[in-house]
Amino acid sequence: MNPTGNSVRQLLSGNEAIALGAWEAGVRYASAYPGTPSTEILPALAQYAGVRAEWASNEKVALDAAVGASFAGARALAVMKHVGVNVAADSLMTLSYTGVGAGLVLVSADDPGAFSSQNEQDNRHYARFGKFPCLEPSDSQEAKEFTRLAFELSELFDTPVMLRSTTRISHSKSGVEVSMPDAPREFESLPPFERHPRKYVMIPAHARLRHPEVEARLKGLAVYAETCALNRVDWGDRRVGVICNGVAYQYAREVLAGFSFLKLGMTYPLPAGLIRDFAAEVETLVVIEELDPFIEEYVRSLGLDVIGKIGDEFFPWTGELSLARVREGALQAGLPVASLDSAAQSADAALAIPPRPPALCPGCPHRSVYFNLRKLKMLVAGDIGCYAIGVLPPFEEMDMLISMGASIGMAHGAKQAGCPDKVVATIGDSTFFHAGLSELASTIYNRGVTCTMILDNGTTAMTGGQDNPATGVTLQGETTQVIDIEATVRAMGVEHLWVVDALDVRGVEAAIKEATAIEDRPTVIVVNGACVFTPQFRRRPVVTVDRETCNGCGFCFRVGCPAILKSDELGAKTKRPKAQIDPLLCTGCTVCLQVCPRKAMYQTA
Amino acid sequence: MNQGTVNFLFVGVGGQGILTASDIAAEVGLQAGYDAKKSEVHGFSQRGGVVESHVRWGQDVGAPLAEKGTVDYLIATETLEAARWIEWLRPGGMVLVNEQRIVPMSVTVGDAEYPPDADILTVVRARTDDLRMVPGLATAERLGNPRLANTVLLGVLSTRLDVPPETWLEVVERRVPPKYVELNRQAFWEGRRLAEDV
Repeated sequence: MNPTGNSVRQLLSGNEAIALGAWEAGVRYASAYPGTPSTEILPALAQYAGVRAEWASNEKVALDAAVGASFAGARALAVMKHVGVNVAADSLMTLSYTGVGAGLVLVSADDPGAFSSQNEQDNRHYARFGKFPCLEPSDSQEAKEFTRLAFELSELFDTPVMLRSTTRISHSKSGVEVSMPDAPREFESLPPFERHPRKYVMIPAHARLRHPEVEARLKGLAVYAETCALNRVDWGDRRVGVICNGVAYQYAREVLAGFSFLKLGMTYPLPAGLIRDFAAEVETLVVIEELDPFIEEYVRSLGLDVIGKIGDEFFPWTGELSLARVREGALQAGLPVASLDSAAQSADAALAIPPRPPALCPGCPHRSVYFNLRKLKMLVAGDIGCYAIGVLPPFEEMDMLISMGASIGMAHGAKQAGCPDKVVATIGDSTFFHAGLSELASTIYNRGVTCTMILDNGTTAMTGGQDNPATGVTLQGETTQVIDIEATVRAMGVEHLWVVDALDVRGVEAAIKEATAIEDRPTVIVVNGACVFTPQFRRRPVVTVDRETCNGCGFCFRVGCPAILKSDELGAKTKRPKAQIDPLLCTGCTVCLQVCPRKAMYQTA
Repeated sequence: MNQGTVNFLFVGVGGQGILTASDIAAEVGLQAGYDAKKSEVHGFSQRGGVVESHVRWGQDVGAPLAEKGTVDYLIATETLEAARWIEWLRPGGMVLVNEQRIVPMSVTVGDAEYPPDADILTVVRARTDDLRMVPGLATAERLGNPRLANTVLLGVLSTRLDVPPETWLEVVERRVPPKYVELNRQAFWEGRRLAEDV
């Protein structure tokens, strides 16, 4: 640690730094729906005394709750991944009209490269679309500072502010000056709600009055952008001037070290004067940014000549940037940068290296579901969660997946349109409460005939195990009402409902057969089985293969369990390797034992 | 090419503790007075997929990820992964390989084969002579807990860097649960001993 005054330098992830910045800004209420790469922000914030931090059932609910807190006079934070903003967009676009009470910041954590997402949309467009400011930090220190500043900006201009992070900012760790913790923050109680119906109640007559305010605000923000500390010029060699933002700045300042930089911390609205002045001082102007040419289009609209991704496509429109991609682009554009020496780039001796595709964990309750759906040749509409692995070998049993909750609507539409296949929707517990409830209501209402399987593993697994309305625990650890999925579905009027144990392979099969045999009304199967990462999960005695009985048929490999390996011994007739089980990985779920046609597996006591 | 930056790349399989090991290396850098950054890349599975984590030390580190061909220390917690990532190594850089095989699902289902160690090492040696095979898992098991393997590797790595072992231990102790501090201390010194037995 390097103490400087009363602060220490700590290694924090961008997400931890955003939480710290929000706390330093005096945020009182925060809400989020978990989603990579944004998930860690709320758990970090939930630890600070005096802050109310919650998991919402979806991103729109998270933003709506933050809006209510802000109108009531409390600084509020809403956090979501990029595609989550699509869910919240209905509220967001009109929030721009109402403006805020106390400061309101929306964190959008984008995922260039789509490491853990269904697309890699560039959410800076939302800032332009909704006419509110967008701030983009380029490391953890800035993530903290920009978050704090975002709250000030929100109140100064009566606007929501979007803090846009990316996977590389959220999940990288770098040094942050952290002040020694003061005494626990004590909030004064809020005064009674100040009523401003013409500002907060967006009936058409009021909305028409607010719109000119939005346009005026945007002009004020554009003036602010010209001189604010968020945007900064670092003069160097003026042969090349680079305009960049976010993590692109970090790549650019290494590859183009020594040249001049206009580093934009606020990427909407953009500062026309600052850009023009910078361009006038440099010989060659370059824009380096990830994904869409958001800054570049604006720079071109000012009539400036620029090297970027439009036209010559020196830099890519898709995927994450990297040192290598920035270097390649700069070299192609003829900029004076060094190439890596050839030895470093040389191709190495060829060796076929087996890939490591993701797999369902040993003991995963989703295994029996996709094993059976494949066996029964169902058409499967999937959803967002670990169970998306059902599309990969050995299951290859998912036919559509597009967004949170969509499985139920897609299955319904396919069937209503006359699809002859038997159609099943599969959706997890957290995803069901996110957007599945309203989709199921629509299926029931419209006399739908699909089967919906709700895979309740007791957690929001893919993002690392967050609680949700079905788990009975809040983000801050309080015990709360468990919303019973079976009772909910029954109350919605579904009469044909099965509740099965995920680890009972034949029970799951029977339920699917019975449910899909009913062709004139909607059916639901609730599949219960704890995720292996939850405290509810119980390890059982491991399964062992009896090598004498195993004949190497390979059937057990089709359950896709990482604990089942090929042994060195071949079956006499099959000439294929017999199975063996890694006792360290096996959880004793017995799915393999239940499907083994030779009954060659047993559970050791 | 590194402009005074030291680049580490930790690679292995999800669930092996790569993120903690690389966190420790980054914190050691910061504690030793460097600017340090750390960044991981992994797909959407918690377990069984490939994990890579970059750590960079320097006076002023820009990018959180190193560039292919510039890694000074490649630390593979699984043998096959050393070959998968070897192109990231600077020619002549150091490779540390934990002697442990984790068979990918693609091999189990019969789509691919796990190459023999000799082939893996040929690929590695084509890029560097500075290769250390470390019986990390065996050493950890001897100490009573397979999860100590990465601390053994960090012990070996520490002998190659100009940072006192006490700094490494301080960070390791901060990062592991109190009841495992003593075991990790032992594992770290085992690693340092292994490094000396050339």
